[in-house]
Amino acid sequence: MQDARVGCWALFKVFSHMAILGFGGVLPFAYRHLVERTQWLTAAEFGQLLSIAQLLPGPTICNLSVMVGQRYAGAAGGFSALAGLLLGPFFIVIALGAAYQGLAGHPLFVSAMRGMSAAASGLILATALKLAVGMLRSTAAKPAAQGEASELAVDVARTLRWRRSTQIALLVAAFIGLGVVKVGLITVVATLVPIGFLLFAFVWRKP
Amino acid sequence: MSDDVKLGGLAWHLAVLSLTAIGGGVVLVAPDVHHYVSVQNHWLTDEQFASMYALAQAAPGPNLLFVTLIGWMIKGWLGAVVVTLAAIVPSSCLVLALGTVINRHGGGEGRWAGALRDALAPLAAGMLAGAAWTFLSVAGAGWRGIVLALAAAAAAYTTKLNPLWLIALGALAGAIGLV
Repeated sequence: MQDARVGCWALFKVFSHMAILGFGGVLPFAYRHLVERTQWLTAAEFGQLLSIAQLLPGPTICNLSVMVGQRYAGAAGGFSALAGLLLGPFFIVIALGAAYQGLAGHPLFVSAMRGMSAAASGLILATALKLAVGMLRSTAAKPAAQGEASELAVDVARTLRWRRSTQIALLVAAFIGLGVVKVGLITVVATLVPIGFLLFAFVWRKP
Repeated sequence: MSDDVKLGGLAWHLAVLSLTAIGGGVVLVAPDVHHYVSVQNHWLTDEQFASMYALAQAAPGPNLLFVTLIGWMIKGWLGAVVVTLAAIVPSSCLVLALGTVINRHGGGEGRWAGALRDALAPLAAGMLAGAAWTFLSVAGAGWRGIVLALAAAAAAYTTKLNPLWLIALGALAGAIGLV
């Protein structure tokens, strides 16, 4: 599992490679490179690190790169992996930005960009939808198992209903706060994360 | 106010925001960054702002790089470097600090992490939808833009098509005057 000979340069190279390939999202390539090709992580370790990377602030894939780099070569390894992930794409986006500025006066280009922006918003929406559906599945009412004490089953079902209502309320509140009323990310996170955490940790715990 | 001070303000803003963007990736900073860059300071127009995200989405690598483009539009190479570092260094340092603990003891499975995950999933979904709404409302594409965005969302949700194709189709729809 843990190969001490993975150095900063190797980390930089592997993460550069997956970043450059990662049109439309780096994560699938991260799995292929880290688990299948280099075998730096097992599939289970990858899943575990990914779920931690999602819990922490910052871009998920960057957090993952820092954790993997750190595991093999300390803080320097963390930054090497991160630099690999960002350096190539950094120059590519700037090239795109330069092209954008060069073409900015062209009416056809302006309308193409408008369509592109709308499609890009749609992609964010799709991610939101995937998260929401996955979340609702996790609190869907389960059919009562054979022989289960019915009182317990009723209890579990009630908790699940409450958990689901809470999740929906949090989702709507987060959307309105950030997107419609625009109170700002810091206010939304500082209010809703503690509320949600307390409710799920103490009131409606996972049955 | 000198340009350096402006850039410093944006960098500071981003550094704080990036530490708050939990659960949904860096796109969550978009509504605040839009307010700062386009509404408050008028460095970029609404359309330019929306375009920066679309360009970053069309490029390989993390979507975080849309802030790189914003920095570049405002103050060239210096802006790009400063803004990128501001958006990525604080959260990475936090990960490094916690990583020592995580690598030693494991983590992310206990009751507290579970409760946090339960809370973050709906919040991330809601905040992402809010960020999508921000981009959509500033992209200047009107109701037809909304229809296009919903179509793209449906396609991305139901198929395994590479998002790049949807971006390209969006550009095509714009170019032929559908949006």
